[in-house]
Amino acid sequence: MSKERIKIAEELFDIMPPEYQDLVKRATFGNEQRGWKDIGNAKELIEEHSLCAGCPESMAFRYILASLPNPEDTVMVGSTGCTSLVFPHVAVHNIHSLFGNQNAIASGLKRALSVRFPGQVKDVVVLAGDGATVDIGLDMTLQAWFRQEKFTTICFDNELYANTGGQESGLMQKGFVAKMAPVGKTFEKVRLPEIARESGCHYVVNCTVSKPNLVEKVIKNAIHIAREIGPTYLQLYTPCILEIGKNSMEGLQEMRDSEKPTERFAYKEYVSEPAKELLAELAAKEKERKAEAKKQLAGQTA
Amino acid sequence: MPTSYKVLPGPEHFLPPSAASMGIRLPDPGQAHIHGTIVTEEEAMEQAARQFLSAKVPTIFPGPLVLWAWNEKAAHKAKAVRHLYETIKESVTPSQQAMLIPMPDYRPKYPKINPEIEINPNHPNLTIWHNKIDACMFVGVHCHQANLSLKIIRGGTNCYTIAMCAQAGHEDAMLSIRDATADKILRLADWVKKLKGSVPPPA
Ligand SMILES: Cc1ncc(C[n+]2csc(CCOP(=O)(O)OP(=O)(O)O)c2C)c(N)n1
Ligand code: SF4
Ligand SMILES: [Mg+2]
Repeated sequence: MSKERIKIAEELFDIMPPEYQDLVKRATFGNEQRGWKDIGNAKELIEEHSLCAGCPESMAFRYILASLPNPEDTVMVGSTGCTSLVFPHVAVHNIHSLFGNQNAIASGLKRALSVRFPGQVKDVVVLAGDGATVDIGLDMTLQAWFRQEKFTTICFDNELYANTGGQESGLMQKGFVAKMAPVGKTFEKVRLPEIARESGCHYVVNCTVSKPNLVEKVIKNAIHIAREIGPTYLQLYTPCILEIGKNSMEGLQEMRDSEKPTERFAYKEYVSEPAKELLAELAAKEKERKAEAKKQLAGQTA
Repeated sequence: MPTSYKVLPGPEHFLPPSAASMGIRLPDPGQAHIHGTIVTEEEAMEQAARQFLSAKVPTIFPGPLVLWAWNEKAAHKAKAVRHLYETIKESVTPSQQAMLIPMPDYRPKYPKINPEIEINPNHPNLTIWHNKIDACMFVGVHCHQANLSLKIIRGGTNCYTIAMCAQAGHEDAMLSIRDATADKILRLADWVKKLKGSVPPPA
């Protein structure tokens, strides 16, 4: 795991467009402490995005890509929807799957990677919209969890089909009227986090992406637990400002309003017993690492 | 089956047929092809050198397999590609402009690529039109992307395409050498040097 793997041929370095030179020189590959605080200081693993201006999905992408613990050995699996517009700009291996198939593709991929690279850490992360995860792909989503496939599923929940102009989704709130769903939703928002828990996920979080440090924490937990124990699921509220009639600056406030204790995106977390043990182990190691770093720093300044 | 089809500079039309579907077959090891006709590798080397020397804007498009130093072989090939470019640059007249433009990525790039400094396989014609490139060589581009791109170039431009292919060659290029190594790229540079001054520059 290091930058050694991502090197431009010396003789052709000068002709590479600057964004690739930057990736090699300033991205945080190989740094296990990477996180959202690198944004603005290091080269991000995302170039320009083609989402609507101010779309919270773009913030979510930035925080997630900054927090992947092992980007050079991570493969992301996406699905059709607004998220798929971003993947072509992402400097992490990724596969665009047929709409809804993402968890089936990720299952095969994860297994193939374990056979092809035994003993090496290879993380697989699914990132898809709510339509892909909960409606058209629900079968694949659930079956992967039942089978205890070792990868993370992230759902960008914007409570409708944004990319096709605003149709009803299972994660839409009851009563909501969208541009292409004029009658209004007649049943409750599907409780996928609870279903995930009952289906065998070892770590489930339901939250918004208003706080980058929180996104970093849940991403790292979800990936470490998936690596060692079994499936994990994150449902992140990334409101479609276009469809709910907000302007570019209002996405953050919308998320803050929706994460109040009585609201539907109040922080909810489930951690299985084996996952709790793993997190405690990781926390103890991190504490040790920090104490060691402090000791070394004191030694240097003495 | 014998075919009368020839892989020639375009513009052929909006959706040119794949040369394979027109009966063009790939060369066997040790061979190459020019316009779809099987020739010896040496003949193809000479013809490729002539194309570079007679073009207004002879260009090399190195792809990810040589741009990234992912193993020692790739690093050697990159060195050879640079040498070939420098040789072409030294061998052409001041009215000709040799170029070395990378294809760093196969992802479609939004909102647009900068055609002055890169080429993208999904719309290679933009870079060719912008720089008025009339002869180019692909090297280090994965087969599928090269085929796609070579066909688009044949469809929409009059550029002469050469494929220095590390596998079995490309029937969609006008000239293709197969099993490319750093040595073969250097041999092509030797041909350019040898023919320097003997090929009339473009009018
Ligand atoms: C198999 C298939 N069915 C339908 C579609 C059409 N389609 C494209 S995007 C989309 C909705 C995506 O909604 P969601 O997953 O919530 O993502 P969002 O755009 O909201 O981020 C649909 C139905 C498709 N591309 N493929
Ligand atoms: S349509 Fe909605 S979800 Fe899609 S990019 Fe625009 S604001 Fe974001
Ligand atoms: Mg959606």
